[in-house]
Amino acid sequence: MGQADQSRIVADAAKARYWNVSMAGQDPALLRRLLRAKDRMDAASEEDWPVERLANVSGVSEAHFARSFKEAFGVPPHRYLLTRRIERAKALLRDTDAPIIEIAFQTGWNSLGTFGRVFRDVTGKSPSELRAREQASAHQLDQVPHCFVSAAYRPGLKIAVSEKRRRKAGDRTDPEETEVPK
Amino acid sequence: MTEGIGVVGLYVHDQDGALDFYVGKLGFQVHTDARNGNYRWLTVKHPNQPSFELGLFLPQEPVLDAVTAHTMREMVAKGAMPPLVLVVDDCRAAYDKLRAKGVEFIQEPIARFGGVDANFRDPSGNAWKMIEARS
Repeated sequence: MGQADQSRIVADAAKARYWNVSMAGQDPALLRRLLRAKDRMDAASEEDWPVERLANVSGVSEAHFARSFKEAFGVPPHRYLLTRRIERAKALLRDTDAPIIEIAFQTGWNSLGTFGRVFRDVTGKSPSELRAREQASAHQLDQVPHCFVSAAYRPGLKIAVSEKRRRKAGDRTDPEETEVPK
Repeated sequence: MTEGIGVVGLYVHDQDGALDFYVGKLGFQVHTDARNGNYRWLTVKHPNQPSFELGLFLPQEPVLDAVTAHTMREMVAKGAMPPLVLVVDDCRAAYDKLRAKGVEFIQEPIARFGGVDANFRDPSGNAWKMIEARS
């Protein structure tokens, strides 16, 4: 960050205090680096992204990374990664005839069982059910650039998958599982 | 033809850096660079589109209040601004050339839907999709 940027932020903060407004925001320079970690997960969601690796991309400590990422993008980093993997799996189910086990491995899962379970938890359908439904309906999206189509297929995941599972089961105990990959 | 879109603006975190990126790396040309005190009206144009200006603006006072200006800088840095599309003749060649100049690509060229596309960001966080025109 240049000195001009810094002095501007300081000046903004001083004015905000004067006007008694909260500047609860994050440092744009940090956000830009957090975005880089998000971009890297987008580009290779099938890879393993332990928090240490992500924190390295953003140039911050692991603890700082997980907290700042969630504050910036609304979801913990691992859950974000999960939505990207599911989104990609949905696209592959829809657009290819690849076997489901191949899609599972291609999108970053180590076992077909885990993939199927998480997929159903997130989308409400099994991979084969989703494939049958999607392939039956015609798509007219060839005029829209790919990333926007892809974003439209991204699952909304406002709560943890474990929590979603528990709610479905009628069990309301507090989640203990961490969403930050170790 | 005299009617049409003249300027579309982007928010950037630093106008000198944006100028270096859009002119020095992407090969755009400066259209207007006018200063008045702290305020700088800076627009660039693509060499093939002399009448379309891309504004590189700083979210700043007095155009925006201090808190809003800061919020806008956050939004840009989070990559939350609307999509931009750059059309090129040869996506892979443009990718090689721009990457060698230090452009931050977030997606390598991929052939799909009868075209080739790649993604990059400007230093502020604005995302561009670079698409090879379908022949």
